[in-house]
Amino acid sequence: MENNSLLNYLLFTPLAGALLIMFFPAGKKNLIRYAGLAVSLAAFVVSLFVYAGFNNAVYSFSSFQFEFKYQWIEGLNISYFVGIDGLSLILILLTTFLTPLTLLSTWSSIQNKVKEFTFFMLVLEMGMIGVFVSLDLFLFYIFWEAMLIPMYFIIGIWGGERRIYASIKFFIYTMFGSLLMLVAIIWLAVNASATTGYFTTNLIELYSVAPTLGINIQVYLFLAFAFSFAIKVPLFPLHTWLPDAHVEAPTAGSVILAGVLLKMGTYGLVRFCLPLFPQASVQYAGWIALLAVIGVIYGALVAMVQKDMKKLVAYSSVSHLGFVVLGIFAFTQESMQGAIIQMINHGLSTGALFLMVGFVYERTHTREIARYGGIARIVPVYSTFMMIVTLSSIGLPGLNGFIGEFLILIGSFKSPVLSNWMFTIFAASGVIFAAVYMLWMYQRVFFGPVKDEKLEKLTDMTGTEMFIVASLIVFIVWIGVYPSTFLGLTDTYSASLVNSILNTNGIITK
Amino acid sequence: MVFTSQDLISLSPVLLIAAGILVTLTIEMFTKESEGILGWFSFALLLGVAYLSLFLIDSPTMLFGEKFVTGGRVNIFFFLFNFGAAIVVLLSMDYMKKAGIYYGEYYIILMSSVLGMMMIAGATDFIMIFIGLEQMSVCFYILAGFNRKNEKSLEAALKYFLLGSFATGFLVYGLGLIYGTNGSLSITAMTLNYEVLRSNPMFLTGMLLFIIGFSFKIAAVPFHMWVPDVYQGAPTTVSALLSTTGKVAAFSALILVFSPLIQAAYPAFFTPVVATLAVLSMLYGSIVAISQNDLKRMLAYSSIAHAGYMLIGLAAWNDKGISGVIFYLTAYTFMNLAAFGLISLVEKRDLRGTEFNDFKGLGTKQPLIAGLLALTMFALSGIPPFAGFFGKYYVFVAAIESGMTWLAIIGVLSSVISVYFYLRLTVVMYFDNSDEMVLISPTTSAMLGIMISVLLIIIMGVAPGSILNLINNTL
Repeated sequence: MENNSLLNYLLFTPLAGALLIMFFPAGKKNLIRYAGLAVSLAAFVVSLFVYAGFNNAVYSFSSFQFEFKYQWIEGLNISYFVGIDGLSLILILLTTFLTPLTLLSTWSSIQNKVKEFTFFMLVLEMGMIGVFVSLDLFLFYIFWEAMLIPMYFIIGIWGGERRIYASIKFFIYTMFGSLLMLVAIIWLAVNASATTGYFTTNLIELYSVAPTLGINIQVYLFLAFAFSFAIKVPLFPLHTWLPDAHVEAPTAGSVILAGVLLKMGTYGLVRFCLPLFPQASVQYAGWIALLAVIGVIYGALVAMVQKDMKKLVAYSSVSHLGFVVLGIFAFTQESMQGAIIQMINHGLSTGALFLMVGFVYERTHTREIARYGGIARIVPVYSTFMMIVTLSSIGLPGLNGFIGEFLILIGSFKSPVLSNWMFTIFAASGVIFAAVYMLWMYQRVFFGPVKDEKLEKLTDMTGTEMFIVASLIVFIVWIGVYPSTFLGLTDTYSASLVNSILNTNGIITK
Repeated sequence: MVFTSQDLISLSPVLLIAAGILVTLTIEMFTKESEGILGWFSFALLLGVAYLSLFLIDSPTMLFGEKFVTGGRVNIFFFLFNFGAAIVVLLSMDYMKKAGIYYGEYYIILMSSVLGMMMIAGATDFIMIFIGLEQMSVCFYILAGFNRKNEKSLEAALKYFLLGSFATGFLVYGLGLIYGTNGSLSITAMTLNYEVLRSNPMFLTGMLLFIIGFSFKIAAVPFHMWVPDVYQGAPTTVSALLSTTGKVAAFSALILVFSPLIQAAYPAFFTPVVATLAVLSMLYGSIVAISQNDLKRMLAYSSIAHAGYMLIGLAAWNDKGISGVIFYLTAYTFMNLAAFGLISLVEKRDLRGTEFNDFKGLGTKQPLIAGLLALTMFALSGIPPFAGFFGKYYVFVAAIESGMTWLAIIGVLSSVISVYFYLRLTVVMYFDNSDEMVLISPTTSAMLGIMISVLLIIIMGVAPGSILNLINNTL
């Protein structure tokens, strides 16, 4: 049943497509657009096959499926080693689902250098999938870093006015963190070789060796890894690159950035920091949870005073991802499940928000909230869609955001590690703030008097636009009403990870 | 001493180049500029010798009463010199005509410098290193000033000559001290007596002077002053030669002397010196490169920084470090060849047009050249999946294995700094628009050279295994 080269197809489909598109004549924009869409849809179909063949009932966080291993660089014992578990699968599905929708959304907004754009998007997709399937730290690092290049160009070439500043800041900021992680990866492998007897970056082998390292070594390694991931998440106070990158990036860039790239940070924390350094993770859980909660409140407060819609959504990401990090470091099954589902939620809701903001920006060329007003009457369909997406972002019961936030709050409340209710109480206030800034923005943009006569001529959503957002809304509602479909994928995974960490630390759950 | 036919075969790469120089000299007398036969002949010869060196890699042979050795690691260096020079020849063919400085001597001097490099790499004796070095350097001085109508080129040559001679002074003085303490200039003898010698301050001073002399040649801080001016002033393809094969040759000498000490597991006495040079070079090169406006000058500072990364491998004082340096040198050679080659295409007739502003909007006007240049820049800044990244990874692994994590951390920090100026070129090419037309007609020969280099950059990044095995097997 298990086809072991399926992940290779998944990984190399976008790359093959991208290379193929390079040879298309640059003038045939529509041909390139269709080809790009076809390739990303093919990748989506492959990911569905992976989903179909996936076995939910696996009991350990260190067992993977669809494993494929090939000795790559013998001299340093590096292998091309891929495999997935529930956590990777759900994020891969998010990636392959968002990419074709994003590509579709650029058919009207991206008009120059379509070929290059499609090329970079597909290479980016490969990089993202690569990060989620790598089971060798070296391979992981390659994808992690290589992905910066297409994103850098997407922001820099198709971005807004301050795109150069934003793209360089994005690049250098992330690179700074990841290079420290590179040193940590090597240091980990060298330290582990004292036990294993050979140099290896194989994740599964390191899963068993790394937790036995001395606590001091673990702490240094944990901090280096966590620092790199925290920049990507971004965790307060390392978030300053995010608003710039989001605001300057083209809509498609923002969607992918918020939808998938930020998840790599939280994915990294769950996949690497926790299982490799369980003692250090617990030791520093309080501090990281504190930063996460500060991020939740700070992001919300700053979002509240933004004048630019896109910037508002960008800061709301800081707030939402604070929740995810809190969930990860609360070490209960509920909070872990909540954190994982919240990663998906944020990808869907914030992705949808960026798309919606992008649609209206394309028409009016402004994102300033103050210049809008009363457009609910002019564009009723747009307003309705926006309402659903806004409510999903706020966390209205029945929609996806609620599930994630609720699980995280329950989990952190009864956390055996964060033995302080304050975390939960302050984080919960973030939910209220979210309602304030989102609804306030909605009110200013959609209700009240029409500020500008030009707005009267605003056209409503096109069929394509409706299709894109509606596809996202299907899942927004699905997760909200019947989350088991998705929670089931990571159920045993979260339980086994959390239990293993608590056991290592000798903590008995209440 | 019996000289067998087997010895002759082992020595054939060196002999062929030497014979080639004479043949080229003869051809030069009977051909005109337009015929271009000289260039293609040199290219074929260098390429052939490069291939031959790899072919003969499995048979290490001592020659001339243990004064010279070929085979094994030496042949990897032979390959790098010849292959690198062959690509430089490809890049030069049309560039020299464009710049109006086509003279047949160019190829002859270029090959003579390669002969010098080969003498360094195959030496087993300090005096052989010295002779090879001088042979190479004298050719380099001439090449740097090859554009004799251009002031900058002449200034570069003079500066290079004066500072180079100064460095040679250090070197010779150091060799004198080494001879004085050991009574021999043989590297083997030095390794054997090292236990006694290493407590002798005079010997250590000699070695220090030797390191200083070569620090000039590899462009390590604080002995780097000539680098920016020479790389900027010399004809671009000559800069390509100096910065790649020239640096490989200088490193081969350092490896030659240190590697026996490492393999004999002698304590890492020289590590602090080398590590200091590494740190200074990496940070100084990366930081100063940020403020450069001329691309050739920027690459000069980048080359200083890269010397620093390679020195990490030496400072690590283990076998992994040595193979790391060799891998890094290989990667660096092709990255710099591609970079200088692409710049030489964009460069205008009057040898201007190497400033950042001259590359504005190149991404739209010359997508291929801009794309290759961007790729090369990402490779130079050490971003995977290109060759530069793997080189860095390898030397960092070596450093961390020998407990010098701090050195690796400084290395990555300076990498982050260096990203800025490498990215700046992509910013100019892709994110800035300009209406000015850039007229470039990339010629077949130059594009061939660039394509080979870029292809190798990618291959060495994606599949470094086979090259790594080759290097490791010769340790």
